[in-house]
Amino acid sequence: MSVGSRIEKSARTSRDEDMGAEPRSDLSTGLKPWHAIVSEALKRNEVRLVTYVPDRVLTPLIDSVHKDDFFTAFASTREEEALGIVTGAWMGGMRGAVLMQTSGFATLPNALASLAVPYQIPLLMFVSERGTLGEFNLGQALVCRTMRPVLDALGIENHTITRLDELDFIVDRSIKQAVATQAPCALILSPLLTGGKKFAH
Amino acid sequence: MDIASSAAHHANLKVTNRFELSQRLVALLTQGEAVIGGIGNTNFDLWAAGRRPENFYMLGSMGLACPIALGVALAQPKRRVIALEGDGSLLMQLGSLTTVATLAPKNLTIIVMDNGCYQITGAQKTTTAFSADIVGIALGAGIKEARWAADEAMFESLVRRALLEDGPQLIAARIDDKPAVATTERDPSLIRDRFMRGIGVKA
Repeated sequence: MSVGSRIEKSARTSRDEDMGAEPRSDLSTGLKPWHAIVSEALKRNEVRLVTYVPDRVLTPLIDSVHKDDFFTAFASTREEEALGIVTGAWMGGMRGAVLMQTSGFATLPNALASLAVPYQIPLLMFVSERGTLGEFNLGQALVCRTMRPVLDALGIENHTITRLDELDFIVDRSIKQAVATQAPCALILSPLLTGGKKFAH
Repeated sequence: MDIASSAAHHANLKVTNRFELSQRLVALLTQGEAVIGGIGNTNFDLWAAGRRPENFYMLGSMGLACPIALGVALAQPKRRVIALEGDGSLLMQLGSLTTVATLAPKNLTIIVMDNGCYQITGAQKTTTAFSADIVGIALGAGIKEARWAADEAMFESLVRRALLEDGPQLIAARIDDKPAVATTERDPSLIRDRFMRGIGVKA
């Protein structure tokens, strides 16, 4: 759509190779890179709207949904806003997903508890996991520890994905379950899967 | 109108009433327009103004009326969609105005009932009671079609215009500090299901 192409021009296209760790190699498995697998699973399941608050690790996935006309992809100013947009889109007949990092998830409990969960919205959340396995920022390490307890307290289905060979199965089945059971779902993308973010120093 | 003249204009607006404006709004909705009613008094008076199946009522998630309406507008580009919001709620999610302006959905209108206070919690003043000007903020966010309704008749004419012309548009009205006249039924799954059927997503 025209909106998508307008937004694409302002989307981040450069990657800071010093800061962004290389995704786990796919040479040993013969599988596609993680972001291609996620993007294809979204497409296969008719998830057309992708909105995000950017994250370094998510950049290849963000780039790929911007480049593909199948998707309506754009940045939101807050994760809560993105949740609201996906909620409205679902009720209007369009499936959607929110991409964020761990600290962004920490802004969501009220909107999850008062909108997505009680209104039975199959909100798909992809969370790039910061704060563990080599984190250099104490703030990220602390906020990371709030994520799974919040998800569990709200009874939200969540999976931490660490392996490339399990990725398609988990994403594909989770989308189908979210839609069939009318419930939000969080898929946490571990540094074991994505390569994570390298130490700044 | 530019940002400075909007702020100057603000003091001269007639103070109207939320329920009165909600009734006038609902009377103009004849084409299955979707309305997202923001938390509290805003959706209570929308509820009181008539039980339309195309209305969605928020019971929490303060500030998300505009994002929800944006989502509906993107999913259904042929349907007119209205976000009905209060000043306190809008102030919580001002960034969403910039997203609306950037995506520029033609079928989206934002209506803001501005009483300058958090009426429902004890009428504590919001920042619009001081220097903040909702229309000026919308213009600054990039929503070019943003206007104050000077009175009830102008509100109606701005709504008529918004339903015919390309958006996104924002209409703001000063209202008094009266509470809503009724309370929305608090059943989230029922509200969601009725709304989805009302806008043709479920048979």
